[in-house]
Amino acid sequence: MPGEPLQSHRATEDRLEKLRAEAGRTGRVAEAGIAIVGGPIPRDAKASSGYYGQPIVKPPVWTWQIGLYLFVGGTAGMSGVIALASFLTGQSLNFVRAALGVAFTGALASPVLLIWDLGRPTRFLNMLRVFKWRSAMSMGVWTLFLFSGLAGSAYVLVAGWAFLLHAGVSATLLRGILAALLVGTALSGVILATYTGVLLGATAVPAWSAHHKLLPFHFGIVGLGSAAAILELLGFRIAALNAIGLAVAAAETGVGVWIEMSRQGAKARALHEGTSGRLMRISGLLTGPVSLIARIFGWVPVAAVCFLIGAVSSRYGWIFAGRISASDPQETLNH
Amino acid sequence: MHHYVAEGTKVGFFTDPTVCIGCKACEVACKEWNQIPEDGLVWTGNSYDNTGSLGAATWRHVKFLELDRRVGPAAEGPATDGAQNPFGWLFLSDVCKHCEHAGCLEACPTGAIFRTEVSSVYVQDDICNGCGYCIVGCPFGVIDRRPQPLPGAGGAFKCTFCYDRQIDGLTPACAKACPTESIQFGPLDELRARAEKRVADLQARGVADAQIYNPVDTSVGGIHAFFLLLGPPEEFGLPPRPEVPTVYLKAAWLSAALTSVLALAGAWLAFDFL
Repeated sequence: MPGEPLQSHRATEDRLEKLRAEAGRTGRVAEAGIAIVGGPIPRDAKASSGYYGQPIVKPPVWTWQIGLYLFVGGTAGMSGVIALASFLTGQSLNFVRAALGVAFTGALASPVLLIWDLGRPTRFLNMLRVFKWRSAMSMGVWTLFLFSGLAGSAYVLVAGWAFLLHAGVSATLLRGILAALLVGTALSGVILATYTGVLLGATAVPAWSAHHKLLPFHFGIVGLGSAAAILELLGFRIAALNAIGLAVAAAETGVGVWIEMSRQGAKARALHEGTSGRLMRISGLLTGPVSLIARIFGWVPVAAVCFLIGAVSSRYGWIFAGRISASDPQETLNH
Repeated sequence: MHHYVAEGTKVGFFTDPTVCIGCKACEVACKEWNQIPEDGLVWTGNSYDNTGSLGAATWRHVKFLELDRRVGPAAEGPATDGAQNPFGWLFLSDVCKHCEHAGCLEACPTGAIFRTEVSSVYVQDDICNGCGYCIVGCPFGVIDRRPQPLPGAGGAFKCTFCYDRQIDGLTPACAKACPTESIQFGPLDELRARAEKRVADLQARGVADAQIYNPVDTSVGGIHAFFLLLGPPEEFGLPPRPEVPTVYLKAAWLSAALTSVLALAGAWLAFDFL
C-alpha cells in the first residue's frame, strides 16, 4: 500500500520514530546510539570491540551431520565397552549381541554422517592418506576405521554363533576369538567416544578450547550413559545398566554445575547466554538432574528417554555455542 | 627448484600500514593472479572496507581504520586551538600469517596442507576433501571453506604466498603490485631487521605506539607474514595473544585417557557386582 513502509523496514522505522518522539519531547536524545568502532562518532578511547566488532576467528562450517555424529559415535564406542564388560562377566550372549548391534549400527552410520558433511565427499578416502598424531581429526578417523572393523567382526561372530557351533567349531575357540575382538572393540570404543572432546577442545573456538579438559570426559560419560539408555529401551532391564545410568546422571549433574561455575564475563559466554546458552542448560538438566531423579524413583524408561534427548541436544548445543563463540570477538579477546 | 631464494631460506611478508594508501591494488592483484572468484559485492558500512574479511575467496584484505585521537572532554566538540588534526586514517593489508606453528597445518587430516621449502604454509587443492577442521584450527580466522556455487567449492582456501610465482623467481602478486612498498617480500631475516629499523625511525619521530606484531612468545612461535601496527593489535582485528590450538592436545588427550580408564573400569564393576 502506498505510504506504508514494507514489513522488512518495520524495525528501523520504529527506531527512527522512537528517536523522533524522544527528541521532540525532551529536546535531546539520551542514548549514545550504536557505537561504530573507528567511526566518526567520538567514543571512549579505552573501549575496544576490535575491528568493527568483526569476528577474529572463523566459526566452524560443520552442518547438522556432525552434531548427530558426536552422539552416534560416542554411543557406539561405549556400547563396545558394555559388550566387553557383559561378556567377561557372563551375561547372556543375547545381551552381548544387542550391545554389539548398537556399536556396529553406530559404526556404520558414523562414516555416512562424516562423509556427508565433507565439502568434497568423493574425496573421503584422502582421510586415510596420512596418520597424524597432532591432528585429532586424523586420529579420530583411524580410530573409527579400527572400531568399525572390530565391532563389525565381533557382531558377525556373535550373530553366527549357533551356526559356527553347529559346524563343529569349538566353543572355547569361539569364546577366545570373541574376547579378543571385544577387547579391541572396547579399547577403540573408549577412544572413539572421547576423542571428539579433544577434537573440539583443540581449536581456536573460545567456548570449546576453554573446556578442552572437560569435553573428553563429558562426551565420554554421555556416550556411556546413552549406550546404557538405548539398551534399556531395547528391553534389557539389567541392574548394571541402571547403575551406569545413575552414575552418569550424577556425573553429568556435576558437569552442569562445573560449566555454570566457570562462567566469567565474556569468556565462553555463548555457553551461558542466548539461545545457545539455553540449549546447553536444557540439555544439561536432561542428562543430569532429570535423569538422576527419574532413576532414583525407578522410572527407568523416562530416565533413558530424557537422557538420550539431552545427549543429542547437548552435542548440538556445543556446536551451536561454538559457532556463536567464534563469531564473538570479545570471547576471543577474553580467552 | 625454487628460484627466488635458496631452498631452506625462510621468506616472509612485512606489511607496513604507515605507508599504505588503501588503494587495494594488492587485493586486485591477488584475485587476478590466483584467479579467485568473485564472492559477492556488498557494502559493509565499515568505512571504505567493502571486502569484509579474509576467507576462501579473499587472500588479501585491506582494513580501514578511522582514527579519532580526541579523548576526555575534547571529545565533546570539534578540535580547536590549531592542535594536530585529531582524525586520521590507517590502512592495513591483512593476509595469511604463515605461522611458525600453523594451526591449520597441524589440524589437516589429509596432508593437503604442508610446509614448503621456504617455510610457507600451502594448501594442495587436489588433496583437500573439505573436512573443515583447519578453519577452527586457525587462531587468526584466515582459512575458510569455499561455498557453493563458486569454482572450487567445498575445499579450503587461503593465501598460497604465490608459491607458483616464487618458484619462477617472482615476488608474490600483492607485493609486486603495491605502489608504496607497504607490502615487502623477501628473506625473513632481512625483513625483520628492516621492520625493527622502521619502528625505531617512527618512534624517533614521535610515533610512540609503533610496534611490530609478531607473536614469537606465544605457542604460534612467530609469524612469517608480520605487521607494523600503531596501537593495540585488537584494534586491527588481530588477537593479542594467539595460541596454536594444538597446545591443548596434551591435556585433552590426558582427559580422554582417564575417562577411558574410568569407563572401562566402571562398566566392568557394574556388571561384575550387580
